[in-house]
Amino acid sequence: MSHLVAVDPLFNAEMSWSVLAVVVIKVVIAFVILLVSVMLYIWGMRKVIADMQNRIGPNRAGPYGVLQTLADGIKLFFKEQSIPTSADRPVFRLAPYLSILPAFLLFCIVPIGGTVSILGHRTYLQVADIPVGALFILAMSGLGVYGVMLAGWSSGSKYPLLGAVRSTAQLLSYEAAFGLAVLGVLIQAGTLSTHGIVVLQTWVGPASFLRDWFWIRALVPFAIFLIAATAETNHPPFDLVEAEQELVGGFNTEYTGIRFAIFFLAEFMNVITMSAIAATLFLGGPSGPSIGFLARTGFVNVWLMPIVWFTVKVLALLFVTVWLRASLPRMRYDKLMALGWKYLIEIAILWVLVSTALVVGKQEGWQPLVVASVSAGIAILAFFTLYLAIPKAGEHVEEFH
Amino acid sequence: MGRLSGFNVTLRQMFKPRLTTEYPKVKRDKPERQHGRHVLNRYEDGMEKCIGCELCAGVCPAHCIYVRGADNPVDDPVSPGERYGFVYEINYLRCIHCDLCVEACPTEAITETKLFEFSFTNRADAIYTKEELVVDDDGRAKRMPWELWAGGEDDHTSAWMRATAPGGAAAYEGRVGWSGELGFGVRPPEEGQSDLVPSRADTAPHFDESGPGH
Repeated sequence: MSHLVAVDPLFNAEMSWSVLAVVVIKVVIAFVILLVSVMLYIWGMRKVIADMQNRIGPNRAGPYGVLQTLADGIKLFFKEQSIPTSADRPVFRLAPYLSILPAFLLFCIVPIGGTVSILGHRTYLQVADIPVGALFILAMSGLGVYGVMLAGWSSGSKYPLLGAVRSTAQLLSYEAAFGLAVLGVLIQAGTLSTHGIVVLQTWVGPASFLRDWFWIRALVPFAIFLIAATAETNHPPFDLVEAEQELVGGFNTEYTGIRFAIFFLAEFMNVITMSAIAATLFLGGPSGPSIGFLARTGFVNVWLMPIVWFTVKVLALLFVTVWLRASLPRMRYDKLMALGWKYLIEIAILWVLVSTALVVGKQEGWQPLVVASVSAGIAILAFFTLYLAIPKAGEHVEEFH
Repeated sequence: MGRLSGFNVTLRQMFKPRLTTEYPKVKRDKPERQHGRHVLNRYEDGMEKCIGCELCAGVCPAHCIYVRGADNPVDDPVSPGERYGFVYEINYLRCIHCDLCVEACPTEAITETKLFEFSFTNRADAIYTKEELVVDDDGRAKRMPWELWAGGEDDHTSAWMRATAPGGAAAYEGRVGWSGELGFGVRPPEEGQSDLVPSRADTAPHFDESGPGH
């Protein structure tokens, strides 16, 4: 086990009760932060959408309606839970938890602050720094589909099943573009560890914003990541999984009470973790200017400022998701598939190939311009060949049996 | 910006005033001729205007009015003339406040207040009998405990009738064609259909989106 987590200075010391306590504290705090932030995100989302529609939004429960989500949760908790007679009962009960678990695990590898001391141990402000963190991101976002799929399948009802089928197809399609977008950062960073990626983006001056943060060096993957992550989280305009007009409620039609609430918790939790991962990979995570006139080793600059910067970045990304939700209509299903398969994956592959060639060329001392033009030329040639090979609309294709 | 201009539309709305009125706390001015709870009017001498002709019950599309007429007692007449409304009931679980009854009434006996905030909690309360509908000795509507009256709602009880009477013909606008009411006398004409009352424009919400995009 030690070789998996050895990078965190916490585990350089002998294993002791205080080390265990630090780990437990971090897990509990991460869990609480995630739950509270989901609560606040749902409230904030409703408020911002209300603003964009000239409404007021929730304003009854608590100051500015901030406790509205809590009130909704309490209501759902006390509602009757019904299970259809044709449902596969154990799977039906299991599905909500399968969808919420990956969302939480995903948040565990996100660094939300710098390196700090807790109980006399130096440690990173993240639950776990896994050496294969980027693979973990892909694995967990892939696991999320199980909750939705099993929920739809075990309901024993046709609309949930259709929603689940849509969901599986959509998530698998966008998984490819999502992975290639993450790869765009990994090529630049040369490490899979989320902490390592964040360290590479450390703030050394205003130039870091353009030079060290990966969003400009991986601009195209950043755009693809945002689109694919939106699709991965079933967020509008890609929320075909729960297209109310066509599928009643989608995969969660048969769910009631707290199980239904857990699905929604998972959905919004996913949005938050995806925003956090986008901030980590592309926007430097907790890195940002510290307050100059305070001590570099003081509480504010070590503890507070990194967390503030991380929060600001995540909030900005979350605002964009809400903005999308308020602005865009749902996509047609074939357009969704066309966007994923015909554009995002191709562009992502092209970017990965060219940037890999450039990185390798830099290590080998090749001429960057030559490398760029040759690799782009090869890529365009490949695409042209592919284009010729694909049958066009109305073209007769000889069947081979 | 073509395809992205939609984002600008939603973002711009954030800085515009809200259209929502926080209803129980803030109440918007009611329209001049709002259709609310009915009253049965009386003449200035205290006689009831209703003659029990049942035209209101006949015209009611929701069948919520029940009327029975009876001959006036010779020594103590209720209304001037031969007959009076002996039973008069309106079922507010059915009433749709279309005010066809007001149009149908030949003696301007039934008109409407502006009151709409009345929340009875059982069926017996929902059926208003003659006792509850007939105005009191000051010409004001009787107030039930479950009704939320605001100022002036019982003053303007026959605006609709006077704006369009008689028969809604615009040529008669400004000419008095109605009898006096207990407590108010002969009311002056309301401003008619041909020109808008200026105060209306201030109370209505503004939808000032210009150009295409809907």
